[in-house]
This record gives sequence, structure tokens and C-alpha cells, in this order.
Amino acid sequence: MLFVRRIANLFRRSRINRELDAELQSHIEMRMEDNLAAGMTAEAARRDALVRFGNPVATKEKLMSVDAALGLESVARDIRYALRQLRRSPGFALTAMVTLALGIGANVVVFGVLNAVLLHQLAVSDPQNLYQLRHKPFMAGRLLTTSYPAFEDFRDRNVTFSGMAGIDAYSHAALNWRTTDLTVSGDEVTGNYFDLLGVQPQAGRFFHAADEHGPNSAAYVVLSDALWRSAFHADPSIIGAVVDLNRHPFTVVGVTPAAFHGTERFVWPGYWLPIVNREQVEGWNSLDNRASVALTVIGRLKPGVTPRQATENLNAISIELAREYPETDDGQPLRLIHPGLIGDGGEVIRGFLWGVTALALLVLAAACANLATLFAARAADRSRELALRIALGSSRRRLVRQLLTEALLVSLVGGAAGLATANLLLGVLNRWRPAAESHLAAIVDARVFAIGLALTLVSALLFGLVPARQAWHSSPLQAMKNGPVESIHFRRFALRDLLLCAQIAICTLLVTASLVAVRGMVRTLETPLGFQPEGAMLVDMDLSQPGQTESALSDDATLKKQRQLIEAARGIPGVIGVGAVNRTPMTGGLHGVPIFAPGTTKFALANSVLAPYVFTISPGYLQTAGTRLLSGRDVSWDDNPKTPFVAIVNETFAQKMWGNTPAIGQHFIVSGNLTEVVGVAQNGKYHDLEESPQPVAYLPLSQNEDSGMIFVVRSSRAPNEMAAALQRTLSSITPNVPITVQSWTDSLADQLLPARAATVALGVMGVLAAMLAVTGIFGMAAYGVSKRLKELGIRVALGASRVQLMQAALGRPIVLLLAGSALGLACGIFASQLLRRIVYEANPRDPLVLTGAVATMALLGIVATWIPARRALRINPSSLMRED
Amino acid sequence: MARNDLQGSLDLLVLKTLSQRGQLHGYGIVLHIQRASNELLQVEEGSIYPALHRMELSGWIGAVWALTETNRNAKFYKLTAAGRKQLQQAEQGFEQLVKGVRHLLRYA
Repeated sequence: MLFVRRIANLFRRSRINRELDAELQSHIEMRMEDNLAAGMTAEAARRDALVRFGNPVATKEKLMSVDAALGLESVARDIRYALRQLRRSPGFALTAMVTLALGIGANVVVFGVLNAVLLHQLAVSDPQNLYQLRHKPFMAGRLLTTSYPAFEDFRDRNVTFSGMAGIDAYSHAALNWRTTDLTVSGDEVTGNYFDLLGVQPQAGRFFHAADEHGPNSAAYVVLSDALWRSAFHADPSIIGAVVDLNRHPFTVVGVTPAAFHGTERFVWPGYWLPIVNREQVEGWNSLDNRASVALTVIGRLKPGVTPRQATENLNAISIELAREYPETDDGQPLRLIHPGLIGDGGEVIRGFLWGVTALALLVLAAACANLATLFAARAADRSRELALRIALGSSRRRLVRQLLTEALLVSLVGGAAGLATANLLLGVLNRWRPAAESHLAAIVDARVFAIGLALTLVSALLFGLVPARQAWHSSPLQAMKNGPVESIHFRRFALRDLLLCAQIAICTLLVTASLVAVRGMVRTLETPLGFQPEGAMLVDMDLSQPGQTESALSDDATLKKQRQLIEAARGIPGVIGVGAVNRTPMTGGLHGVPIFAPGTTKFALANSVLAPYVFTISPGYLQTAGTRLLSGRDVSWDDNPKTPFVAIVNETFAQKMWGNTPAIGQHFIVSGNLTEVVGVAQNGKYHDLEESPQPVAYLPLSQNEDSGMIFVVRSSRAPNEMAAALQRTLSSITPNVPITVQSWTDSLADQLLPARAATVALGVMGVLAAMLAVTGIFGMAAYGVSKRLKELGIRVALGASRVQLMQAALGRPIVLLLAGSALGLACGIFASQLLRRIVYEANPRDPLVLTGAVATMALLGIVATWIPARRALRINPSSLMRED
Repeated sequence: MARNDLQGSLDLLVLKTLSQRGQLHGYGIVLHIQRASNELLQVEEGSIYPALHRMELSGWIGAVWALTETNRNAKFYKLTAAGRKQLQQAEQGFEQLVKGVRHLLRYA
């Protein structure tokens, strides 16, 4: 590329050169002709022509330098001039640059995230042709994934996909290799996964569909670049080595490239292993279980097939499956989406990011309005100088160019500072891990820099054109006659008024948005959860040892052990309550379980009456978790497989099933067992904060063995002290079982993340906007007062009262503040659609928000006009009149 | 200042020549200046070309390649609208300069 350009340049330069030579040559020849005609000899005619012409080489050099001077030197002169002007008023320059740095920095940060999350393609080949199957949410709370047998049916029966792969992204394993001992998470995938995605290993090889020969036949593991580096120090000799995953040997076959993080943007797997070997890692085999729906299905369409045709094809298969397997497959329609943003989370994330982008642009617009006011005021002060220069013969175009150069310089420096700050902030964001496996990789690439530069240039034009326009229209005569001429002054003020008004309106809008976000956050935090995470610890220990499948504890023994652990924990001083549950609420992975009316014989999904979430609990769990039992009794250790099956249901379950009839004593069938309701518990949140009330059934652990229980321990002691005590006590009962202890509040942090992120983002925007509003109003008021000191002095001398003086000095800024705030509030109310995309349950009409916004703006107004007002009040007419 | 003035007067001469004669090549402009000034103003003939080039870049004059009466290929220059305006300003400026200098010489 560079080479081609150089050649072109050579041609261009030589063309100009040739033209010049021809012109000079023709001049000399014409002179020679005339000399010959005048009767000179040929030799004399040539000599005379050359002498008269002078040195042709010098002439050519001069010609070339004209080019340089007109092109580059005048630009350099403009820059030098602008620098001198800015150095003369460092306060102004600094204010302008900081303002712009803030505006541009905010935008670059937002764009950096947007770029990483929405605009960057997944690191797979042809990402546009990669689709993920999603089920329409049909049965309440149903997981939007597929069972392995259903995946096989979809894969084998469809005619529209060139390939389909399955992913179970909920895989966790204890990794052991020599001295390395850590818990990692990753994906269990079908053998064709890497081939379907078109990813190449950076070391070793990947596994393929041909490696799968039935259950536990492919004990291979592929490491992510990050895990390879952190756990194996990027040692290439690890390839071929055997590592233990949950005490089963797996051969490390390869390492993925650093840019590849699976198909989800926020969750980066540490390893990939063939799903046929999942029994070794998970401890149980679900590959032939149609009721176990944990598989995310991705696929690529055949060439020429539209997503619509593929969807129709899949839906036909889905209906077929529902006919063939009525007990497990519900025949719900499917959709195709692009993978990456937590399935359907894409809608929300996209809305949020674009919304925040819009707000960031508003901040920049406010900054530009601010700067335009500043520059216009400065140009007004310099109107005499500008007029003088026009009168002295400087062209208007030149003046405009100089003013624009000044604006450009300010914005380039400000933009560079903004980019640098944004870069730092994005770096912090990259290192920030909201949860162990989640990542936000905001890459600062050429695109981010380009956007930063574009924003810088556009804002320079926006705020540079205002003073330039003034210079263009200024009349030298009037400006020179008597300083800032009233008539011009008035018109200029009109434009500045508009700018300030717009700026205040934007600021009010942003302040309103921040308040809405804070309210939303508070409301989210106040949402009744139906349990009390504060003061409770979660103890996670898996009693089913996958390494001991052969000599596994019998169900009875496991239950005994669990009971023993609960008793032991209860014995620790300071412990108030202990209980166990198979899965704590709001940790994901919940799905509805179909239940049937008593007397049902055909357990087809179509016959089910409700699909509640089902939890398995130990006696005392509800009390420990802080979930109130409204009526009836708790489950007890005496409920065993030989006694009637019992359950506790929540209010929604009872309401949906039996309306106002008391639920206690009613029956329903779950997992084929006729079950009696013995208690009703309060409602709560089970999957996420936004969900509508969901039906829930709690089954006793003693009737439904589950080896993967989580123990909830409530205590009055400090969390870390308690954690240590629990570790000691529990590991003495079950040695060699890994125990993790975590406070319940910490484990819920993920759930509150979106609301927190929104509040932080909007809060920062609000603060930025408020700062801009204060500087804007302050600048305007201070400028107004300083320009009119003399007039105000005369007023004081003529006996104006303090109130009248204030009216004269600050009337205009205050009127503008009021008008702008009213406008901004109106915008805020109309922009509720936008805000609703950002904040859950945003309501800008909320009286508290409205009052807050008005109070904030009033406060900002007072702060901003305080100093100018004091200055106006301190005017000493006698000393003022003596000046000048 | 001085440099600007010398350059300015050469510009003025060229612009004036073009306004009187319409389209002309560099040699023709030199000849016209010499003849019209009764050979009083002698410019080094080559020095007109940097001036022409600068004025062309400033948009005061335009240029085309064409044939002379003697069938020679030459670059012909022509005044543009901006050049006409510039000529007017330059003429006024020059008048003032002359007036000023004359006053100075008379009363000094």
C-alpha cells in the first residue's frame, strides 16, 4: 500500500515538474524568437534570453516553496497563533479541555463496552451463520434448553442444518494435577463442537465427533488459554499429560486460542470435554434422560436456507417429538437467535447499552453547548481585536480558520485526555470480575480510537462554529466604535441563552435519569425475597463422591450423613439454625416440574395441571432461610418413604391449584407419587428479581434423596469466624470432601449486578451533567456580572436595593435555569420509554423523582450563582466609576 | 512588511495586466509590464513565475494550456472573480501607499 502511494507521489511530483519545465522553456523560447526577429544572431538571442530570465533553478525552487508555504506554513502559523491565544487564558483553556475530556471520556467508555458486547463478533468462523435454538417460554419457569435425546432427534431429523452441536455450560470439576488442586468450570460439548465452530487449536489438537464411542469413551479435555496459563504456566508439555477431573483421568489434548471463549460473551469456560464423558464429572448419566434439559443447542444452516425455513422445520420436529414422548416433550415452538448474550438476555443488554450510549451522547452534547457558550463569550470579548484585524485587511475566512483552529486544538487535547482516561477505566473494567467466571472484555481497538477521534472533531466543529459565525458576521466599524456594542451584544446573548437553556435541559434529563435509576435500585433491593440472606452462610459439599461410584454411599447412608452434618453444625456455638436445600433460590438452573391432579393415570405433559419449581429441603430449612410457614407444619425426619408423601407449597401454588379452599390436606401427584400438602409457605423470588409470583413445592429430603445438598447456617457470629468453625466441624465428620463456605449475601451479588451497573452508569452521567450545568450557569452568570459591573455600579449609586440589584444581575441566568429545568423535566417524562429500557420499573413520573430533580436543579442554580451574586452585591460604585 | 510590499506590487502589476489583456501567458505578461511602464519597470523575467503560481493557488487567477499565435504550447493565465476583487483592494491599497509616501516626501 505504502509502496503504491510512493510511486503515485513520484508520478505526481514529476508531472508538476514537467509542467513547470515546459512553461519556463516556452518562456525562454518565445524570448529567443523575438530576439531573432529583432535581428540578433542565434547565439546572442539564446544568451540574452537566459540572462533576462535569471537563474531557472532558483526560480523553480522558489515555486516549490510557494506550495509549501501556502499549504503547511499557514497551518503552522494558525496553530502557533491559537497556542498563544490559549496560553494567554490558561483558566479558560483548562476548563474547556477538562469539560471535553469528561464528555469524550464518558462516550469512549460506553462505546468500548458497546463495542465489546454488541459489535464484536464471536471468535468463530462465519459467526453470522451460527444460530442457537431457543424455546419460547411456554411452561412457566421451564428452562430454555433441550434434553440430550431431544437434541439427537433434532440433529438427525432436520433437513435445514448443515451441523448441530450441544453444550452443557453448567460443568464444574475439581482439577488435580501433581500439586495443582483447584475447582474449575467449563463446557461439556458434543464431539463436533470445535469443527462446527471452525476454531483451530493454538497447541495440540481438539477432539472430534469420531472420538465419541458411547458413554465415557472419550476422556479428553481441551484447556482454555487462560486456564492453561494460570494453572499450567503455559507449559506446552502438558499436552498429552493426564489430569484428574473429579478424580477421573482425562488426557489434555489441546489448548484453544486466546481469543476464543466459547459461545457466551460473559461466561468464559475454563475447559471443554466431550459430553459423552459427563457421567465421570457429574456423577450421573443424563444422556438418555429426556427429562433432564440442560443442553444448549447451536447449529449452522445449510447454504441458501433461511432462518425462517429452519425454524419451521424444527417446529415440525418438535411437534413430532411431543407426539412420540408425551411425558417429557411438550412440542413447544422454537426460535433461532445468535448466541452470545445469555440467550434472550440480548434484548435487555442491547436496550441497556444503546440507552446508555444515548445518554452519554447527551452528556457530550451538553459539554459542547457549554464550550460553545464559553467560546462565544470569549469571541465577544475579543470582538474588538477581531474587528481590528478585519479592518487591517485580514480576510474573514482566515479569522474563521483561526478560531476553528483554536477550537480544534482545545478539543484534540481534551479528546486525547478523555481517551487516555477512558482507556484506564476500561482496563479497570476488564480486570473487574463481577462473578468468578464472568468476564467483560472491553477491547480498546482501532474502532474505539476512531470513534474517540470522530467525536472530538465533531464537537470541535459544533462549539467552534458558534464564535466563527460571530466573527463572520461582525461589523468592524461598530465593534471598534464603542466596545461591545449593545445591539450585537443582545443578539449574541440570544444564541448563548439558547445554548445554556439546552444545556440545562439535558442536565435535568440526566439528573432525572440518575434519580430514576437510584429509585429503581432501591426498589430492587427492597423487593421481598421470601428469604433472609443476611446473616446466613451457605456450605456447599458434595457427599456423593464421583471417584467412588462403585462403592458409593447408599442413599440411606447419605441421608444419615446429611442429618449428622446438620446436627453437628447446630452444635457449633452461636449457630441459630441449620437446614439443607438442594438448590438455593436465585442461583439459576431452575425448571418447572409437571404435577398432576390426583387420579391421573397418563402422565403426558399435556395433562399436567401446573409446573412449579420443586425444592428438596431438610427439616428446619424454611426457618433457617427465613421463609415463613403460613400454616400447617414443617417437614420432619419422620417423613420417610414408608409414610405418606408430603409437601409444603407456597401461596401461589395453593392459590393456583385450589383458589380460596384451604390447601392443607389437598393432594397432587409429583414424580409419580401422590403427595399431601402439609404446609403453606410465603411467596418469594426463586429465579430472578423480576419474575412474577411463581408456584413452588418443597419436598422433604427424607423422601427424595439428593446428594448435592447445600447447607444453610444462620448464626450471630462474624461470618469469617463462623466459616472457620464450620470448616473445622464439618471436615472432622466427612474428611476429604471439599467444602466451600460463602455468605449468602455474597452469593446473591450476581443477581443485583444489572441494577447496580445501571445505577453506577446513570449516576456517573448524572454527576457529569450536574458538573457541566454548574460550570455553565456559573460561567454565564459570572460573565454577565463582570461585563455589567459598571452598569450595576450606576444602579447602586442611584439607590437600587439589593433585591433590585440581584434581579438585574442574575435575572437572566435564573430565568434560563427555570426554563431549561422545566424543559428537561418534560423531556424526562417523555423519555420514560428510553429509561424503561435501562432501569427495571423506571417511572420518571414518580413524585419523589420529580421533587428530587427539581431540588437538585435548584441547588445547582444556587451553587452556580452564589459567587457572581456576591460579587454583584460587593460592588463599590465610587471605586468603579473612577476606573476606566 | 517590506517583502510583502514588493511582492504585493508585483501581484498588482500581474493582476492589472490580466484585467486589461484578458488571457495571457507568463512571457506575454512580462512583455506587457515592460512596454506599458515604458521600460521603467524591469523585472527579472523568471521571478514572475513564483508569483503566478502563488496567485493560482490563492484562486486569484486560473490557468490553461493552449497554443500561441506562433503555434507554441504555453500556459495561459486569466483573472478569476476573486482575483478581480483582490485587484480592486490592491489598487486602493497602493493608492494609499503612494499618497502616504508622497505626503511624507513633501513634508519631511
